[in-house]
Amino acid sequence: MMFIDPHIHMISRTTDDYKAMYEAGVVAVIEPAFWLGQPRTNPGSMLDYFSMIVGWERFRASQFGIQHYCTIGLNSKEANNEKLAEETMELLPRYASKEGVVAIGEIGYDDMTDLEDRYFRKQVELAKKMDMLVLIHTPHRNKKQGTLKSMDVCEEHGLDPSKVIIDHNNEETIKDVLERGYWTAFTIYPGTKMGNERMVEIVKEYGTERIFIDSAADWGHSDPLGVPKTAKLMLQRGISEDDVKKVCYQNALDAYSQSGQMNENDWLNRSKIDQRKTFSGNTVLRGGYKPYIEDEDDAKNDIIIE
Amino acid sequence: MSTDHQNLDLKKLRNSILQWLKERLSDESYDKISTMSEALAGDAEDWEVYSSLSAVPRYTGKSPLELTDDELKEARNIRTGWDPSQWSVDQLARTLLLLSIAERDKDEFFDKLEKLFISSDMGEAEALYQSLPVLPYPDELKDRAAEGIRSNITSVFTAVAQRNPYPADFLDEDAWNQVVLKSLFVQTPLYLIVGIDRRANDKLADILVEYAHERWSAGREVSPELWRPVGPFIDEANLEEIEKVLNHEDTLHRQAAILALSASESKAASNLIKKYQDVLHNVHKQEINWHRIGEQYDAAR
Ligand SMILES: [Zn+2]
Repeated sequence: MMFIDPHIHMISRTTDDYKAMYEAGVVAVIEPAFWLGQPRTNPGSMLDYFSMIVGWERFRASQFGIQHYCTIGLNSKEANNEKLAEETMELLPRYASKEGVVAIGEIGYDDMTDLEDRYFRKQVELAKKMDMLVLIHTPHRNKKQGTLKSMDVCEEHGLDPSKVIIDHNNEETIKDVLERGYWTAFTIYPGTKMGNERMVEIVKEYGTERIFIDSAADWGHSDPLGVPKTAKLMLQRGISEDDVKKVCYQNALDAYSQSGQMNENDWLNRSKIDQRKTFSGNTVLRGGYKPYIEDEDDAKNDIIIE
Repeated sequence: MSTDHQNLDLKKLRNSILQWLKERLSDESYDKISTMSEALAGDAEDWEVYSSLSAVPRYTGKSPLELTDDELKEARNIRTGWDPSQWSVDQLARTLLLLSIAERDKDEFFDKLEKLFISSDMGEAEALYQSLPVLPYPDELKDRAAEGIRSNITSVFTAVAQRNPYPADFLDEDAWNQVVLKSLFVQTPLYLIVGIDRRANDKLADILVEYAHERWSAGREVSPELWRPVGPFIDEANLEEIEKVLNHEDTLHRQAAILALSASESKAASNLIKKYQDVLHNVHKQEINWHRIGEQYDAAR
């Protein structure tokens, strides 16, 4: 079975994660621009970050047979630094039209301050002007209120709900989000967001229309195999293969392929991974490392490091 | 170094590119690209400049350009050594847009070019680096080219290193030597590096022989192409290494050693060749040259 993880911060993950994800069937990932734990203090850091997720991270993913897409935006936490926020707004149009940028995001509210509200609205406007999808991060605290307000703002600015993905939903928000016509995403994230047993129950109760899941794995306690593991659990708990495919692959694809920047052919017709051909100098693979070649990699002794 | 590329006829270049694009794009796409081009040569705002460059593949697609033999000849006439034979349509269109920005004043061109480079995605970076040989003010692009050589993304590295006359024409010796050494290190072929023989130098030969030792010590294979830039500098000091390659179990490596030896004018080299007449004979009979060795080695690895 093929999976898409439509929300994951690979910039915080190791190449072992890419390998495990590939082996578990993940064919494509979307990396939303977000904060990094440590607040950025100048627009240069933001610029390098955007360049990294459209450049190096995409290349790194390709080395492991995974197609990498991203969203570009100013996150709600850093919107509270007004100077940084202003300067970041000027950078966004420089990145938003790049190949594989599937949405403006993840944007929305954190503490629901005035500054967060101002920059959320500005970015919604930008998405509208550039005819782009929007990925909304709903807050941890005050989730229900923040989710409703995010949808109000989108509608106020004339966005079509079918062009907006609301993420990090839970049992409390799902009904409103589905009813109002938005793509409704759930983050399988240990502790703070959603466990996968709860997710099974949600699918049993609400079905699979416009619902999909992601791992949002990042630098915190999180699991880059959140999507394939949840798929397995769903199958075990009697959800049909068709429904699992919708929630773990097809719906995310349908939502984000509206951007014109993500296409199933990108991974169905990709050439076999051959790290010899796209071999990198000194980070992913070090000089002299025996390149991995799909289909040829035979059983090897685990304790030998060549 | 040749100087004719210094007098690049930008107007002729732009016209040829426009013509090549016109023959490959739909009327609608062509209009879009030429309109962008005019805007960028005029007073387009910053965000328009950057998003135009980014959006090019949406209008052009990314199919191979497949220039005809006549068009490739035209390319070489415009810029000695220019080889867009492997380019895709979007890359040519992006080059056109860069040339449009270059019609503004020089400072503005460099300011925008630098910003384009630092915020480029993979496809843009490849196109930007490929364009180096046909951009104006080439003397002032050396640092940029050297930065491309440092890239960890192979396709970006090869955009500068392969089928690109810029490095051989403009890079100083140390930067040039990095082009060759890094190609070996990341296992990309040398035969696609323009000017690989012309820029061979003593210092590079020493670096390469040392690198060969390092690989041998680690039990790793040494590319037969490594001996190409070493060849002209073979003398008593590195004869032992060449003799080792002459006894390599693989014919391709033995042939490479003979070709390298033939490029040396030293007495030591010609004496050694005499000991390996069978390999020499074989090289002549099969019309072996460096290009073929590079191709065969690359295909087999
Ligand atoms: Zn996130």
